[in-house]
Amino acid sequence: MSFLSIDHFSDYKVHGAQRPDFSPYESNGGSIVAIAGDDFAVIAADTRLSSGYSIHSRTQTKLFQLSPLTVLGSTGCWCDTLSLTSLMRVRMQMYEHTHLRTMTTDAVAQMLSITMYNRRFFPYYVSNILAGIDKNGKGVVFSYDPIGHCENAKCRAGGTAGPLLQPVLDNQIQLKNMNLDEKDKPILTKERAVSVASDTFISAAERDIYTGDFVEIKIITKDGIESMTINLRKD
Amino acid sequence: MFRNQYDSDVTIWSPQGRLHQVEYAMEAVKLGTATVGLKSADYAVLVALCKPPSELSTSQRKIFSIDDHLGISIAGITADARVLSRYLRSECLSYKHAYAASYPVSRLMTNLGNKMQATTQRYDRRPYGVGMLVAGYDDKGPHIYQVMPSANSFSCKAMSIGSRSQSARTYLERHLASFKQCSKDEILCHGIQAIRGSLPSEEAAKKEESLAQLNICVAIVGKNQPFKILTEEENTKYLNMADELAGSVIHLKSDDDDDQPPQGGDEPAEPGPSDPLVDVPMDLP
Repeated sequence: MSFLSIDHFSDYKVHGAQRPDFSPYESNGGSIVAIAGDDFAVIAADTRLSSGYSIHSRTQTKLFQLSPLTVLGSTGCWCDTLSLTSLMRVRMQMYEHTHLRTMTTDAVAQMLSITMYNRRFFPYYVSNILAGIDKNGKGVVFSYDPIGHCENAKCRAGGTAGPLLQPVLDNQIQLKNMNLDEKDKPILTKERAVSVASDTFISAAERDIYTGDFVEIKIITKDGIESMTINLRKD
Repeated sequence: MFRNQYDSDVTIWSPQGRLHQVEYAMEAVKLGTATVGLKSADYAVLVALCKPPSELSTSQRKIFSIDDHLGISIAGITADARVLSRYLRSECLSYKHAYAASYPVSRLMTNLGNKMQATTQRYDRRPYGVGMLVAGYDDKGPHIYQVMPSANSFSCKAMSIGSRSQSARTYLERHLASFKQCSKDEILCHGIQAIRGSLPSEEAAKKEESLAQLNICVAIVGKNQPFKILTEEENTKYLNMADELAGSVIHLKSDDDDDQPPQGGDEPAEPGPSDPLVDVPMDLP
């Protein structure tokens, strides 16, 4: 968007013309990590909401439980997050009234993609990661870009510390870029997923100023959703 | 009610000041199977008789959930009911989206009444041919509302609409005083026992021994209880509970006017709740 702004076209500049410097977007920070297992999914998000160098809240959850089997983690511009999750909840309730059943995680993933693309020309500035159990009982993780491109992944990190965390997840969960014998490869259990997720967050909090305070972890299985909270650096 | 020259259009008044088309629409409600609504201090309950039109088909849906705090049970044209329930759901969702709160029940009823009234005053629309019992719970407590095709809505302590609902109303009137103190189980049993009288007479005779084969749909809403339609197992549980309670009470056959076979033709089988009748004789053709 910034490459189309008037600053780059000097022949269009008008002396004395005032340009408003209101930007509709603000980054409120935060990171999300999600890992899909065979019959579970783990999603974790920090709880810090910030604006520039100030902190709005240390205890704002970024995980939104949309159904008993689906959790959406949303970070980026907080107002867009609130608006988007509110819209998703309304659409899911309408679905339940019409179809007399809860939406499957795959259906929610598709609907989220479409909802975000509807705003192609004034996007939701949100980094979304959807985690849940699909209709076959397997764990799934979907990641999105701000205009709704949806991708199925085994593990994904998003938000301000996303670029820091994704390589760690690739290495520890996908076991990439490592020389390991088959017998040394760890199996991805729930406990391992939770410990990798919390460890990555602890590292993120060390390096990313927007990530910290607490990390809220949700473990989704077909039997329900377990929650836990871990302390992070508060500076 | 006889045919007359003032009933061809909903926009035509009769000389007695009546809108005959609206009154004919109210008759449509009496064609549907019976449904009962009643409330205690903390809960509002809807019970509907789900009788299929023939042995080959399944029964129509009688109870629709609208929101977590509200649901309706209908009698009349199901297609009209679906349209209205879609409207109510959409209103409740918009309110929740805008105000992060549940739509207060009485205001929603006013809103619905306004929508339904429009159809009684236009030459190109017809009244909705469906009567509803609305069970809701908000910070004013539980509510039961009766909504009729005339667009009138009445707040009720208990009510029954549909065909053969007079015996249910009699039961409700008789036990009205005890409803307020009822527990959740007791109020559900009262609802089931009330609707028992609305079965067609041949089946009522067969089923006198046991309520357990009754084909009903039950829903409850209240304090710490989002609107819920009970499952088959829960239905059976409460049917059996009502059975036990009924066994300990002598069944008074004399009140049941509806044990006579239903009368066909234009004559209504029972007066039923309706707008006040004028005491001027009607025009005959």
